[in-house]
Amino acid sequence: MSYDEWLRQDRLPHIYCAGCGNGTIINCTLEAIDGMGWKKDETIFVSGIGCSSRAPGYIVTDSLHTTHGRALPFATGVKMARPGFHVVVFTGDGDLAAIGGNHFIHACRRNIDITVVCMNNQIYGMTGGQGSPTTPMGALSTTTPFGSAEPAFDLCELAIAAGANYVARWTSYHVKELTKAVKVGMETPGLSFIEAMVQCPTNYGRRNKFRQVLDQVEYFRSHSMMRLKYLQHEERGEPVPDATIVVGEFVNRKRPVMGLPK
Amino acid sequence: MSTIQFMQGNIACAEGALAAGCNFFGGYPITPSTEVAEHMAVKLPKQNGTFIQMEDEIASMASIIGASWTGARAMTATSGPGFSLMMENIGYAVMTETPCVIVNIQRGGPSTGQPTMAAAGDMMQCRFGSHGDYSIIALCPSSVQEMYELTVKAFNLADRFRVPVFLMADEIIGHMRERIIIPDKVEHTARRPLESGVLPFHPEKDLVPGFPGFGKGFGVHVTGLTHDERGYPCATNPKLHEQLVMRLCNKIENARKEIADYVVTNPEAETVFVTYGVPARSVEQVLHDTGSKNIGHLRLKMVWPFPEHAIAEFPNATRFIIPELNLGQIAREFDRHTRVPVIQVPKLGGDLHLPAELKKLTGVGI
Repeated sequence: MSYDEWLRQDRLPHIYCAGCGNGTIINCTLEAIDGMGWKKDETIFVSGIGCSSRAPGYIVTDSLHTTHGRALPFATGVKMARPGFHVVVFTGDGDLAAIGGNHFIHACRRNIDITVVCMNNQIYGMTGGQGSPTTPMGALSTTTPFGSAEPAFDLCELAIAAGANYVARWTSYHVKELTKAVKVGMETPGLSFIEAMVQCPTNYGRRNKFRQVLDQVEYFRSHSMMRLKYLQHEERGEPVPDATIVVGEFVNRKRPVMGLPK
Repeated sequence: MSTIQFMQGNIACAEGALAAGCNFFGGYPITPSTEVAEHMAVKLPKQNGTFIQMEDEIASMASIIGASWTGARAMTATSGPGFSLMMENIGYAVMTETPCVIVNIQRGGPSTGQPTMAAAGDMMQCRFGSHGDYSIIALCPSSVQEMYELTVKAFNLADRFRVPVFLMADEIIGHMRERIIIPDKVEHTARRPLESGVLPFHPEKDLVPGFPGFGKGFGVHVTGLTHDERGYPCATNPKLHEQLVMRLCNKIENARKEIADYVVTNPEAETVFVTYGVPARSVEQVLHDTGSKNIGHLRLKMVWPFPEHAIAEFPNATRFIIPELNLGQIAREFDRHTRVPVIQVPKLGGDLHLPAELKKLTGVGI
């Protein structure tokens, strides 16, 4: 593995807090790229605003760190102008699902050939821990001081409904599975959406009874259920605990694709 | 051989863009600019270009910036409400020095206002609409011919200065049909590439850095955060921020005289009309009808950066009359550069100033 060749050494150390899960996701993504054999000058990283979106700044390729929520339309411009480029978007739950929700739907609908890796920490980390569209009901944040009263978004179901060709969810605990999912996403023509649940000890964990970094990672492990198993439960009408994190490959299909090289 | 055609303003704009080598258009339908997008949708795919209709104007602006970094000559077209939505990403284009062309076929505002009526109410918004301090370039056509020519010019200026360039037209010019001469070929200023070994945001003498396009091995990191010459975020260094913002402003402001584009008629006159955009047509009619050498006309084809030195072209002026399709946005800018009285002739609602009402202001008999 030569992914440290892909890291911008003169930008390190990074800004992520101790115990942050984002580094794990960046490593998994770079390892997947390494497996793809992509060239550095044909690979473009695009991001919006937030903790996740600082990732392209640590990678040696050309990259666009854009405005809040808008990574996907910027990436659409890059890919449609130069279909030969491999375009990877790093985003987060606030960036993608709140301010950028409309762009997410339309990028999936167009099924444009880019890979979207969403680091879902269930919180606005960079601004200090405000509730996001994926903050679970009842969870505490600085803007949900009495517990979130809103249902959370299921980003994978949204991506499926909107038309993405490849959709998967894993967590920062499942590094091998996640790496494989990102690679399969990159191999699949069309929009590939990989949601990676990540721990945010600084702004989510400490307010929600995850006193140690590993508490939340362990929570990911113990609360994850494979998609197939979940569907079997559903079919049999068996109840599944609310806190279940459904993981695995959600969809891998062949809808018509935009942005492929001619 | 150049050809003579009878053409709509918005189509002439699209044709000018194609002649200039525009190969990416990202847009969203909005009256009265839609013909630009429709024409590009027909023409671009036949020329190996890309047309994409985005989900809104925020995305349109984002898409052309993304395309521009791959080296494309990229453009969008809109009107008031869409222009407002573009503002944040326009600031991003300024901060990241991304060449791009934004066409605004202005209509009556605020809000949804008058979708089918002309106005020039966005002249200050194009100058100051995004947050923070910056400078841009704005061109104002007053004929179908200039819709073509100034669109070409907009691409050349965008590439030369690495800045968003605005074509600030209006509904009347956009929808008017008139005679146009299409030249065989147009001027083409290439984007100056970054030399190898030079930091990606290191400016040359003209304060403009060479362009490190994507896919050329520069490994450039482009961010809207305050950045150093490597392109790396450096957002808490006051001095570095000041230097960056001053350079972004000065690369345009220092060229103010050199790039100024205006037409002077009757420089000895005492009464001088100042126009940009469609009111120029009414003033030209006044000059034609009266035949008076004592009525002058300063017609601005470029409004931003404001060419204040052009005021000196009229040494005998005793008053400047400025008819505008807004409440005096440019008259106020003009006023702060001269001691000669400035008479504002604002007009809202979408109707053009009649030559007769302007003639009355000159006091010259019919």
